[in-house]
Amino acid sequence: MLETFTLIEDGRAHEARGSVAGERALIDAAALRSALGYELKPEGLCRGELCFPVRDRAALVAGAAIDLAELARITGRPLALDVTERAAALGTALEDRLASLRGLEAPDFTLPDFSGGTHTLSAYRGKKVLLIAYASW
Amino acid sequence: MWQALYEELGAFGFVPITVALDRNADGPRPFVENAKPTHPSLLDTEHVLAERFHIVNVPTLIWIDERGAIVRPQDNQFGTDTFTKFHGKASGPYLDLVRAWAREGKGALAPDDVRKHQQLPNAASQLARAERALAWQLHRVGRSAAAERHFQRAAELAPKDWTIRRGSMPILGQNPFGPEFFELAKQGPAEFPMDAVTKTRIAPRAI
Repeated sequence: MLETFTLIEDGRAHEARGSVAGERALIDAAALRSALGYELKPEGLCRGELCFPVRDRAALVAGAAIDLAELARITGRPLALDVTERAAALGTALEDRLASLRGLEAPDFTLPDFSGGTHTLSAYRGKKVLLIAYASW
Repeated sequence: MWQALYEELGAFGFVPITVALDRNADGPRPFVENAKPTHPSLLDTEHVLAERFHIVNVPTLIWIDERGAIVRPQDNQFGTDTFTKFHGKASGPYLDLVRAWAREGKGALAPDDVRKHQQLPNAASQLARAERALAWQLHRVGRSAAAERHFQRAAELAPKDWTIRRGSMPILGQNPFGPEFFELAKQGPAEFPMDAVTKTRIAPRAI
């Protein structure tokens, strides 16, 4: 029986159909592709041009579904999974975040202001930007 | 203070971008309405900025040059002396550093110096951010007990990340300036390697 899972990535929540088998979250492959862009191909588990080799297909694939924890393991991404709540957050792989930070190119972002507009950092190329992260807490 | 700095230095191609790591606009709105900024003043409810730039406390200040390169990494500095009696840093010297950068291009660090003084994530801290994102989503859909479990897990994975530990206090109904915060503060905040470069400390940290 397929249920609705919430998959959180990069500050956005996506819904995807899947099922639970014990502690495993098995997400319908088509739904996973639609939500997060991952697709199983002969080359491996792919997202865009990037493919990860799949050495243990049985651990990753269950019928028409993909084991979310195994996807996270293969891609090196941190996974916060709550099977009971049918919800998971897939984070940025440490390797990728380290490469980005050590490369010293400021990561781009688009965020809203308090008047209904949005701003993208890369639009400020050519300026000296002082980025100030603060909070009311 | 950032609006005043923008008015002073904008003609030199300088722009402050403030980003509130708050759960909604209510918390920062009084500050924003008081400041009336004409520079970008943004809201990051999902902490995407925190993850991308590896921000572990506020305020964290980062310099990005005209080519989009980080030339001064995560720095825990202040624009006023309102809370100097608590954190022990002076704002004047830091604002002067920013002025020298805007006007004369001074103070930008060479790449190896930036790398030497960056705060960097590890596997646990990356997982902590995913746990926090899950907790936040669960909280928003009313799954409070499950949310608390994942906030707790995030806190265990990244005990020095105050964007997680202090940032979740309002969400959990705790006062981020109250007893839970004082307990957290006793454990000490994360180290900022830039403290050795940006010398603004005039007194020891009081809390």
